[in-house]
Amino acid sequence: MKKKLRIGCGAGYAGDRIDPAVTLAEKGNIQYLCFECLAERTIAIAQMEKQADSGRGYGQFLEERMAAVLPYCARDGLVMISNLGAANPPAALLKTLEIAYSLGIGGIRIGAVTGDDVLETLLSLNAAVVETGGTVRDLGDRLISANAYLGAEALLPALEAGCRVIIAGRVADPSLFLAPMIYEHRWDRDDWTRLGSGTALGHLLECAAQVTGGYFADPGLKDVDRLEDVGFPIAEVAEDGSGIITKAPGTGGAVTLRTCREQLLYEIHDPASYLTPDVTADFSSTTMTDMGGDRIRVTGATGRPRPDNLKVSLGVRQGYLGEGEISYAGRGALNRARLAGEIVLKRLERHGFPKENIRVEYVGYNALLGSLAEKSFPEPGDVRLRVACRAERKRDAERVGEEVENLYLNGPAGPGGARKAIRPLIGILTAFIDRGLVKTGLAIGDV
Amino acid sequence: MKKVKLYEIAHSRAGDKGETTNISLFPYADDHYDLLCRQVTARAVKSHFGELVRGEVVRYEVPSLRGLNFVLCGTRIGGVSSALELDPHGKALSFGLLEMEVEIPEEESKNS
Repeated sequence: MKKKLRIGCGAGYAGDRIDPAVTLAEKGNIQYLCFECLAERTIAIAQMEKQADSGRGYGQFLEERMAAVLPYCARDGLVMISNLGAANPPAALLKTLEIAYSLGIGGIRIGAVTGDDVLETLLSLNAAVVETGGTVRDLGDRLISANAYLGAEALLPALEAGCRVIIAGRVADPSLFLAPMIYEHRWDRDDWTRLGSGTALGHLLECAAQVTGGYFADPGLKDVDRLEDVGFPIAEVAEDGSGIITKAPGTGGAVTLRTCREQLLYEIHDPASYLTPDVTADFSSTTMTDMGGDRIRVTGATGRPRPDNLKVSLGVRQGYLGEGEISYAGRGALNRARLAGEIVLKRLERHGFPKENIRVEYVGYNALLGSLAEKSFPEPGDVRLRVACRAERKRDAERVGEEVENLYLNGPAGPGGARKAIRPLIGILTAFIDRGLVKTGLAIGDV
Repeated sequence: MKKVKLYEIAHSRAGDKGETTNISLFPYADDHYDLLCRQVTARAVKSHFGELVRGEVVRYEVPSLRGLNFVLCGTRIGGVSSALELDPHGKALSFGLLEMEVEIPEEESKNS
C-alpha cells in the first residue's frame, strides 16, 4: 500500500516561528514541508534590496530556515517547498547552496523557480491597474515591482526533477501545498474537483498555527491547551482530494471543528468561488468531521475551471508614514488625551498636512473598533494617544512624532512614554496578465 | 426573548484583502445557525459598523459548516500596506461584529 501523503506547513508568514517547523520535520512523519513566507509588500521591499545588491532580495530568515530544515531534507528525504525566493529566487538558491556546504550537507538537489516577475511585460503591455483606473506606466517611478501569482504547475518541474528544496518567489499560498498533491497523486490538471479539494486543504494549512489554535483562543469561551507550544499543522491527503487536518504529536494547541471552520473562511470572499491560479475552488459544500485526537476530516470541496488570467500584485512607493504615541493615566485621562490629540492635529494642519492624511486615535479606548468600542465600554484607566500621518517627504513624516513628543512640555498634564517612528509606505495595487504570457523557469543546483 | 451580544453565542475571525475585510461568524451551538441567518443580515451588519465600513456589506452562507461570511468593502483606506490605523489589517474587527446584539429564546443558557 502506498505511504500516506502527509504535508506540513512550516511557516504562515515571513516572520513566523521556526521551532514548530523543526518539530514537524522531526516528529511529523511528513514527506513535504511547505513554507508561506511572502506577504504582499514583502516582495516589493525585497525588490528594492535586489536593486541595491543583486545577491540579495530573497526572503527574511532564509538563512535560519534553511539551516534548520536542510539536515532533514538530506537525512530523511523531506521535501521543502517555499516562496522564500521573494524577489530573487536565483540568489536564494546560491545562498542555500552556500548554507548546505557550510553545514556539510550533500546529496541533495535544490531548485529555484522563476517567472513571477512580470514587470517588463506589464510595462510593454501598459496593463490596466484595477484600483486607479489608469495603467502601469502612469505609476512612473513609483512602481517598484510586479509579480504574478504563479500556480502549482510552476512548481511541478522542480518536483519532477527530484529537487529536495524548491525555492520560488510569488506563488499563490495554497498552490505551495497543492503542488505535491498533484505530483504524488498524479491528478489531472483539469480535474477541477480534486484541485478544488486540494486547494481547500492547502488553504487550511497556509497560515500555519491559525488552524491549530493560534488566532483563536479567548479564555473562558475558546480555551486552547498549551498555546505556548502550539504545533504547526499537517494535512493527510487522500487520492480523492479529501483529507485530515492534524498536527505534530506532543505539541500544544488544538485542531477542532471550530479552528478549522474559522480558517476555511479566512480571507475568503465568496466561498463558492475562491480564485487561485490552479482552479476556481468551491468551499460552499465542504463538510468537516471531528475524528477525535486533533484530527478533522475535510471533504466535499469542489472546483470549476481556473481563471484565464493571473493576478499580479504591484508594489508602489507611497511616501512615508509618520507616527507618534503618548499616554495619559488616572482620572480625566481620556479628556487630557483628547485635548492632546486636538493640539497635535491643529499644529500639523498649520504645518500644511491635509486633515484627511492624519489619523488621531486613542489606544485603550477606540483605536481598533472606533465608535463600536466607545459605545460599549467604560473609560479606561490609561489611554494612549496615537497620531499617524502619510507624507510624501521623509522630513514631513518625522514631524508627526516630533509634535507628539512636544506634548511633554507643550501639552496637557501628566504625559508619559512618548514614542515616535517613521517608515516608508509601500502600497499594493492589482493588475492581471494573460497566463500565456508568463513563462516560468527552473534553475537547479546540486550539492 | 432576551437580548445578548453575539459574543456570547458565536465565534468569529477576520481576514483582509486590500481595503476589504471578511468576517466569518459561527454559532457555538449548531441550532443557533438559523437564528443568526435571520437576524445577522448584511444590512444589519452594515448599520452596526457605521463609519467603519464605507462600502457595501455582502453576506455568504455556508450551511454545511454552520457559517456565515461577511464581506465588508472599504474598511481601511490603502489596505494593510498603507492604512493609517493602529490595526491596518483590521484583525480586531471580528470582535466588533461580536458586539452586535441578537435576540435568543429566554430559556436558552449562555454558550450552550
